[in-house]
Amino acid sequence: MVQASLDGILLGILFALIAYGMALQWGVMNIINIAQGDLVILGGYIAYTMYLAGIHPAWGVIVSPIIMFFVGWALYKLVINKVVDRDLFISILATFGIAIIFQQLMNFIFGADVVVAQSEYGTTMLFDNSVTLPNSKIFSAVVSILYAIALVIYMKKSRLGRAIRATAQNARAAKILGVDTEKVYAATFGINAALCGIAGALIAITLTLHPYVGLPYTVRSFMIVIVAGLGNLPAVAISGMGLGLFEEFADYILGTEFRIGAVFMLLVFILVYRRFKLSKKREYLK
Amino acid sequence: MNKVKQKDLLLYSGLIILGLAAPFLFPGFKVQLTILCVLIVLAMTWNLQGGEMGYNTFGNILFYGLGMYLTASVQVGMFFPLAEWTESGGEKTFVHTTSQYFQGMGVGLLVAALVPTIIAGAIGYAILGLRGHYFAICTLGLGIAAGEIAGGIEIIGAGQGFTTPPFPKDIVDPGARGDFFYFLSFVLLIGTFVFIKWIYGSRFKLILNAIRDNEDKAEAMGIQTMKYKIVGWMVSAFFAGLAGGIMGGLIGYIDSTDVAFDGREMGVFMVLMAILGGKGTLWGPVIGATLFHFLKEGFWTLILGWQYVALGVLIVVIVIYFPEGLMGWLREKYPERFGEVIDEKDRKAQVELK
Repeated sequence: MVQASLDGILLGILFALIAYGMALQWGVMNIINIAQGDLVILGGYIAYTMYLAGIHPAWGVIVSPIIMFFVGWALYKLVINKVVDRDLFISILATFGIAIIFQQLMNFIFGADVVVAQSEYGTTMLFDNSVTLPNSKIFSAVVSILYAIALVIYMKKSRLGRAIRATAQNARAAKILGVDTEKVYAATFGINAALCGIAGALIAITLTLHPYVGLPYTVRSFMIVIVAGLGNLPAVAISGMGLGLFEEFADYILGTEFRIGAVFMLLVFILVYRRFKLSKKREYLK
Repeated sequence: MNKVKQKDLLLYSGLIILGLAAPFLFPGFKVQLTILCVLIVLAMTWNLQGGEMGYNTFGNILFYGLGMYLTASVQVGMFFPLAEWTESGGEKTFVHTTSQYFQGMGVGLLVAALVPTIIAGAIGYAILGLRGHYFAICTLGLGIAAGEIAGGIEIIGAGQGFTTPPFPKDIVDPGARGDFFYFLSFVLLIGTFVFIKWIYGSRFKLILNAIRDNEDKAEAMGIQTMKYKIVGWMVSAFFAGLAGGIMGGLIGYIDSTDVAFDGREMGVFMVLMAILGGKGTLWGPVIGATLFHFLKEGFWTLILGWQYVALGVLIVVIVIYFPEGLMGWLREKYPERFGEVIDEKDRKAQVELK
C-alpha cells in the first residue's frame, strides 16, 4: 500500500508536468493536442539515444527540451498555425494525424521493442526494506518540480511569458497592443513540446518507452487539465498526483492488464460526472 | 418532378445491378468488395452523427467491436462451451455443422445489432450530454478502454485473440464463403442506405441539423434534443454492430486491439471517409469510402511500412485543406445541381463587401 502510494505520487508529479504543457496550449491557442503523448515519447527517445551513445541519460532532461522546443516550433509552422482559429474538432483530428505519423516514424527509427535507459541510480529502501524506492523516481520528481517552478517564474517575469499570458486572455486585444501573436503561439507550442521533452526524458529513466504508448499520456494530461482547470498550477500538481495514485491502486487491485483500461474508464467517468454537475446549473427545460 | 424521380430510379437500379453483378465480374476482389460495403456502412453511420448531428465521435468503433465479439461468441456459445473454444484456439476440437453455422451466425448478428443499440441507449444519456470536444475525447476514451478491457477478459480469448468458427466444410464450392459474406454485407449496405435515405427525407434529419447548428436554440424551440441525440446514436450503434459482426466472420480472427476495437485503423477510417466525401450529405460518405478504399488498396502495398505515415499525412491534409470534402467542393462549384439558387443581388452584394 505504502509502495503504491509513493509510486503514485512520484508518477503523478511527472503527469502534472505534461498536463501543464497541455493546459498552456489549450489556454493560449485553444487547441487540444492529441499528439502530446507522442511528443513525450519522442523526448524520451532522445534521452534513450544519448544513453545508447554512452552519455548518461540524465543529461536528457537538458538536451531533450532544447531539441523538442524546435520540433514543436517546426510543427507549429507546418501544421498547427493552420488550425489555431478553426473548430476544435479540426485540431483534434489534425493532431491525431500527427500522432499517427510520429508513432510510425518512431517505430521505424527506434524499433518496436520496449526500451529503458538505465540510469543506475540504485534504490532506497524504506521502512525496514518493505518499500523499495528507485532513486531515479525521486530524481524525476525533483527535476519536474524544479522545471515547473522555473516555468512559473518565467511566465510571470519575462517579456515573452507576459505576452503569452496576455494572448491567453484576449488574443485580439494583445494583437492590437503590439504583441506578435503568431510568434507567441509558436513559442507556446515550442514550450509545450519542451515540457514534453523533459517529461519524456524522465520517463525514459524511470519507466519504459515504446512507440505506441503515447496516447495514454495524452489522455492522462487531458484528464488532469479538465479536473484542474486551465492555468492553475497547484491544482494541476494535486490532480496529477491523484491520478498517479489512482493508477497505482488500479494496478494493485485490478491487475496490470487493466491499468490502461482503468485510465480510460476514469476519463469517461470524469467527463460524465462533470456533465451531470454542469447540467444541475442549467435548470431550464426539465 | 417526375423526371427527377425517373433519373433516381435509374441510378439506384443501376447501382443495385452493379452491386449484385460485382462478385461475378471481379471474383478475385470479393473480399475487398465486402470490406468496401462494410466501410460504406460505417462511414454513413458516422456521418449521421458527426455530419448531421455535429457530434464528432471516435467511439462508433465501440459498437463495431462489440458486434464482432458478440456475433462470434453467440455463434460458438450456442453449441459449444465458449471458454473451452477460446482455450483450444477454436477449430481443432469443435466443428460447426452447416446448419449450426448459419443458425449461430443469424442469432449472433441479431444479438450484435440489438445489444450495441441497447448499450448506446443506456449510456447515451450520460455521454451525449457532453458537448463538442469533450464528447470527442470521451468517445475516444470509450473506444480505447473497451479494447483494453476486452484484451483482459479470459473467456473471449484475452490477448491471444479469438478464432471465429470456420466456414462449414460441407459446402464444397470454393467461392461460397466469399459470396455469402459479400451478399450479407451488400444486404446490410442496402438496408443502411435505405434507412438513412428515409431519415434524410424525414423531420428527424432536420432536428439533427438543428442540434448541430445550435443545440441551445433547438432546445429553446421546444425540441427535446436529448431524446433525438440518443435515437441518432442508437441508429449508428445498430448498423455499426451488424457491420462488426460481418467483419468478424469474414476475417475469421478477432484480436482485441488490432481487429475489433481498432481505433488506430477502423476508428479513424470511418471519420476520414466521411470527411473525405463530405460530411452532412447522403452521398458523401459513400463516395468518400469508395475513393478511400480504392486509394488504400491501390497504394497500401506500394508504400509498405509507410502506410501509417501516409495515413497520418492524409488525415492532416484532408482536415486542413478539405474540411468540406468532395461533396462540399462540388457544391461550391455547381450550386445549381444541389438545388441551391443564388440570387444575383446577393452575389453582387458580396462582391461589394469584399
